Amino acid sequence: MNSSDSPSPQRRFNTRLGLFLFLIYLVLYTGFVLINAFAADQMETIILAGLNLAIVYGFGLIVFALVLALIYGMLCRTEPIEDATTGEAATAQGDSK
Amino acid sequence: MIYDPAPLAIFIFLGFVFGTVGLSFYLGRKAKSSEGYFAAHGQIPWAVNGVAFAGDYLSAASFLGICGMIAAYGYDGFLYSIGFLAGWIVALFVIAEPMKRLGKFTFADALDAKFNSRGIKGAAGISTLVVSVFYLIPQMVGAGSLIQPLLGLPHWVGVVMVGVVVIMIVVTAGMVSTTWVQFLKGSLLVIFSTVLVVMLLQKGLTTDTSSFETIGPLSEEDLKQNTILGREVIPATGGWLGTDGKNQEFIRLAPEGKDVRAGYDIYHIDDIPGSDQKLLRQAQAVTGSGASRLIDGAPNGRGPRERELQPIGHLSKLPGGRTSTGPLGPISFFTTIGDSEVILWGSTTITNSKGPKTTVYYQKPTPGKRVLRPGEHPKFAGIRGESFGDRLNFLSLMLALFCGTASLPHILIRYYTVKDGSAARKSTIVGIAAIGFFYVLTLYLGLGAMTSGALDLTDTNMSAPLLANSIRPWLFAVISAIAFTTVLGTVSGLILASSGAVAHDLLIGVMGMKLSGEAQVKVAKLAAVVVGGIAIVLGVLFKELNVGYLVGWAFSVAASANLPALVMLLFWKKTTKEGIIASVLVGMISSLGWILLSADTYKSVYGLNPENAIAPFSQPGIITIPLAFITLIVVSLYYGNRPDETANEVSA
Repeated sequence: MNSSDSPSPQRRFNTRLGLFLFLIYLVLYTGFVLINAFAADQMETIILAGLNLAIVYGFGLIVFALVLALIYGMLCRTEPIEDATTGEAATAQGDSK
Repeated sequence: MIYDPAPLAIFIFLGFVFGTVGLSFYLGRKAKSSEGYFAAHGQIPWAVNGVAFAGDYLSAASFLGICGMIAAYGYDGFLYSIGFLAGWIVALFVIAEPMKRLGKFTFADALDAKFNSRGIKGAAGISTLVVSVFYLIPQMVGAGSLIQPLLGLPHWVGVVMVGVVVIMIVVTAGMVSTTWVQFLKGSLLVIFSTVLVVMLLQKGLTTDTSSFETIGPLSEEDLKQNTILGREVIPATGGWLGTDGKNQEFIRLAPEGKDVRAGYDIYHIDDIPGSDQKLLRQAQAVTGSGASRLIDGAPNGRGPRERELQPIGHLSKLPGGRTSTGPLGPISFFTTIGDSEVILWGSTTITNSKGPKTTVYYQKPTPGKRVLRPGEHPKFAGIRGESFGDRLNFLSLMLALFCGTASLPHILIRYYTVKDGSAARKSTIVGIAAIGFFYVLTLYLGLGAMTSGALDLTDTNMSAPLLANSIRPWLFAVISAIAFTTVLGTVSGLILASSGAVAHDLLIGVMGMKLSGEAQVKVAKLAAVVVGGIAIVLGVLFKELNVGYLVGWAFSVAASANLPALVMLLFWKKTTKEGIIASVLVGMISSLGWILLSADTYKSVYGLNPENAIAPFSQPGIITIPLAFITLIVVSLYYGNRPDETANEVSA
């Protein structure tokens, strides 16, 4: 798989974007898990529209996952050569350079 | 509880199942080559693949297990929903596109893309098999429990039915028909769960104070008399006296006419806060198990001198002393429950020197706000306790859920059914939308079931279908049929992943068999039949196990064995084939070993005292996932000193 050894700039951008968004979500998820594990009582605090932190944060994590996914889908750059044609695509890419 | 199979229900059910299976046969009739069998020629449209992701992923554990857990204990089950969905973030941002780029048919293909090593194919093939088989058992068990109430057939019939239908789906057209089954099931599940939640909110909440009797308040003296309110007290003996012969928890009253063969009415003795008076709340007792079990001391049935378990799950108080709320909104549903009082059920086991044990289920009036916060379920109660080990156990579970999704072989192979990386990305986004929406619904379904007055005390897995039954009987048939197709969709994916691991990874990759495309498909089909047969046998053997329990195992093993190797292969250039093999094997063996030695397994599988368990807590992920990472790094660095060999491998 030569193509993965010399990724196109578009692919490199997509990979970085993915990792960046992943880190944002990781921080939020870790926050949720840690509050549950070490300060479970905080989860009862009413914070929004009569709902407690457990429900707001929990629903928030689900909705936010979709929001990040959509952002990723919109910002990702199209890679120049489609991967499905594998072998030939990799060679074609090599030739064009 | 005794279920009455209704002809309409059976009709709707069979219609759904035959419709789904028939349609997928029709759509998948053309797949003959190995590309077609394993990967549907890479021609599934991304939107269809996205919904099929939902169909593949939302297993019996998600639908039946999570709803049942929420119905029994409140918010805790929702923690699984959150973890299961968060795992998709790993899949989308880290795994999806490289997976599509590197592999062809199986998970092992992707791991092995740079190395062409038999060892990697072998290790990854075995871990695929292990994870898939663990995942299969609870699906089969779930199918059996669904068939019982709906069609009135024994458990094993359900297991065999699923097994046979799924083997047919997989053998006829492999990935193509599997994809369509999953697509249909994913759509149906999301649509009808939404319908159910809308109807639930329309109906609103009501109180129920008449299903179970409350006697009192009574003084301590009243309780020592031979009769209470003119009814004869059955003297407590043996285990009924409570621990040390003190702390008696229950009082049994003889039925009208003092006919001892008609069983008894049983009551839990409750303290009234701020007074020394007592209250008697009706309980339910099950003695023994199987067909000969006694309910409140009488044979299970509806005839004279027979009794049956009463459905449970109700509110005892609504805010402002109302008895009914009318239609509620998606937010006021929660705030209303938060201000109500819910009846949860606890259980105590009474052991007598002779005769079988009796399990007594008793009412526990609980403030509504307690079921809207984590920590009520025995498995999660540790986060409110003192023990650090319990907290680690919780962290470990949430880590395994987070890392597990993106390492499940039957999910990963779906990436080979679309045409390129961009389609893989788009289909994951559709999958996240469908799955996330469904998981939001689980909290409504679970809490709705908790207050529906329709639950079966002894089988929480039936909560979602029984909630549907309490709203409309036809909806029960529809939801059960969907739950059944849910099992079909997931099991097809699992059997396909296993058959790929056997045929493509182990026989061709490791044993070096030379097979043409068509012969490869034949071998894979044979493997599908064998794995399906094994799944049927295990499903019958493990019928007592909780559906959610083994799914947790599968996630831990998948996260420990597969994820570290996959991530490091993508992001660390010095990764070697030895590192990958060692990481997969160490991750798999350590997590499996840990699970087999944990307190949960001691209790539920071996029937041993959980306190003797060797593993310090039950969930292995927090130890075994880092262990697999470290193994990979150490082994890779050790073998990485020989660059020539690796360079040759890459160009080969």
